[in-house]
Amino acid sequence: MSEPALVVDHLEVRHGAVDAVRDLSLEVDRGEIVGLIGPNGAGKSSTLHAIMGLVGVRRGDIRFDGRSLVGRNPEDVARAGIALVPEGRRIYGELTVEENLRLGLAGRRSRSSGDDHLERAYDLFPIVREFRRRPAGVLSGGQQQQLAIARALVADPAVLLLDEPSLGLAPTIVDIVFDALASIRERGLAVLLVEQRAQRTVAFADRCHVISHGRLRVTLTPDDAEDTRTMVAAYFA
Amino acid sequence: MIAGLTVDWQTVTDAVALGAIYALMAVGIGLVFGVLRLVNFAYGQLIMAGAFALALAGEWNWPVWGGILLCFAVVLVLSLLMDRLVFRPLRTESPAVMLVATFAVAFLLQSIALLKFGGLGRTALSLASLERPVTIAGVDIRKITIVAVAATVVCLVTLLVILERTEVGLHMRAAAMDFRTARLLGVRASRVIGGAVLISGFLAAVAAIMLTVEETSQVTPAFGLDDTIIVLAGVVVGGLNRLLPATLGGFAIGFAYGFLGGALSSNQSQYLPSFVFGAVIVVLVLRPGGLFTRHGQGAIERV
Repeated sequence: MSEPALVVDHLEVRHGAVDAVRDLSLEVDRGEIVGLIGPNGAGKSSTLHAIMGLVGVRRGDIRFDGRSLVGRNPEDVARAGIALVPEGRRIYGELTVEENLRLGLAGRRSRSSGDDHLERAYDLFPIVREFRRRPAGVLSGGQQQQLAIARALVADPAVLLLDEPSLGLAPTIVDIVFDALASIRERGLAVLLVEQRAQRTVAFADRCHVISHGRLRVTLTPDDAEDTRTMVAAYFA
Repeated sequence: MIAGLTVDWQTVTDAVALGAIYALMAVGIGLVFGVLRLVNFAYGQLIMAGAFALALAGEWNWPVWGGILLCFAVVLVLSLLMDRLVFRPLRTESPAVMLVATFAVAFLLQSIALLKFGGLGRTALSLASLERPVTIAGVDIRKITIVAVAATVVCLVTLLVILERTEVGLHMRAAAMDFRTARLLGVRASRVIGGAVLISGFLAAVAAIMLTVEETSQVTPAFGLDDTIIVLAGVVVGGLNRLLPATLGGFAIGFAYGFLGGALSSNQSQYLPSFVFGAVIVVLVLRPGGLFTRHGQGAIERV
């Protein structure tokens, strides 16, 4: 059990005839935030989808706590302890905020009452508590993003995957989201963060992998955040 | 056409009863459509099988409750088999493949019934006493009308409670809106689909029992087929992808069908199916999303 919580091992994913991910390896351990950045179509989302079992793995392995996830259904991966905050948030606009949160309980591993989990999510995002009886569709984009993260957390996962959580959000809301991620890290979760905001993610994450054309190009640390030249070079490698 | 209309309370109450039964069928079809994006054309054959179970139990001199239990058992087992053998293996195939598969199941069940029971089928008379009227405020109302409306209300309220107040109900609603996200959250697809198929089968059994009294006690291999086609038209007119509009659509077309069928003289009512389906086409041209959906809700997204 010395292996990190989440291990992606020489992963290869294909969409039809196109290689989406090629020979990608990365690890995320508890209490760590690992960033995954790169241009559109680089294979960031495909990597997350492969972990969740949404797309097939052609070669390589994905392990959670030492057990392979390859070939499992999305619901089984979720119930094993991996939660995804999907791109575009995917909030159920017609359900209430609380119903959205209760859906997140479907992935919890223990059969304990979900109410404690809901309370913890409310404490992290007060705005979600305030609107809990309203249809989630009336929330703003930033509020919906907070709800999406809260919904992933009520399952009490060991690994949290986020697919571009800051997309389309105002800078002040992005601050709220990143602050929340920092406190999630302190809870001991392993966080894999896919982002477009390269500089901010490099500065924030414990380490940050740059991928393009499905391949891992370079790994950056927060010290590299100021070094724009290294980053640009990594992007266009 | 209006000149030929003869309206009395009997006609109206009969139409309400037929509308209620059709509403149940509409919910049964709509529930499965919600989670599978599949129109189950074999729904009528489930009803046919249930009606045969009722008829056979009567032939074997089983008590009435025994026949009703057998009807539920047969329809629920068939529903589960359909789910396991057809829906689940084909769930990831294209909608066209699944649609054709349900046609195949429909013809298969109908052919089995034809081989086993012949074209004339059997008679289900165990509940014939419900045909008799009771007089309420000077109006003769058949008992089946009261039973059908009561059964429909009980079924729909129970279903509403399940959908709104239970965990599996929440999962079903979420799956109907966005199945992929629901699975990512840990909602088990097989449980949600199995639940919807079971409830849908339960409603088919209720409809089967009601139809043997309301429409005809003659159970043939084609029993329930016309009704299902009419209900499908009603469901599409109401709005297929939402339960409430689908239910209203089912009730509306059942009521219209029953009312016009009772009110028109027989040489006029032979045109009734053409008239109803003509009206369906007109509605769909004017409101493709459905009659009872708000603007913009009609679009059907497949996950």
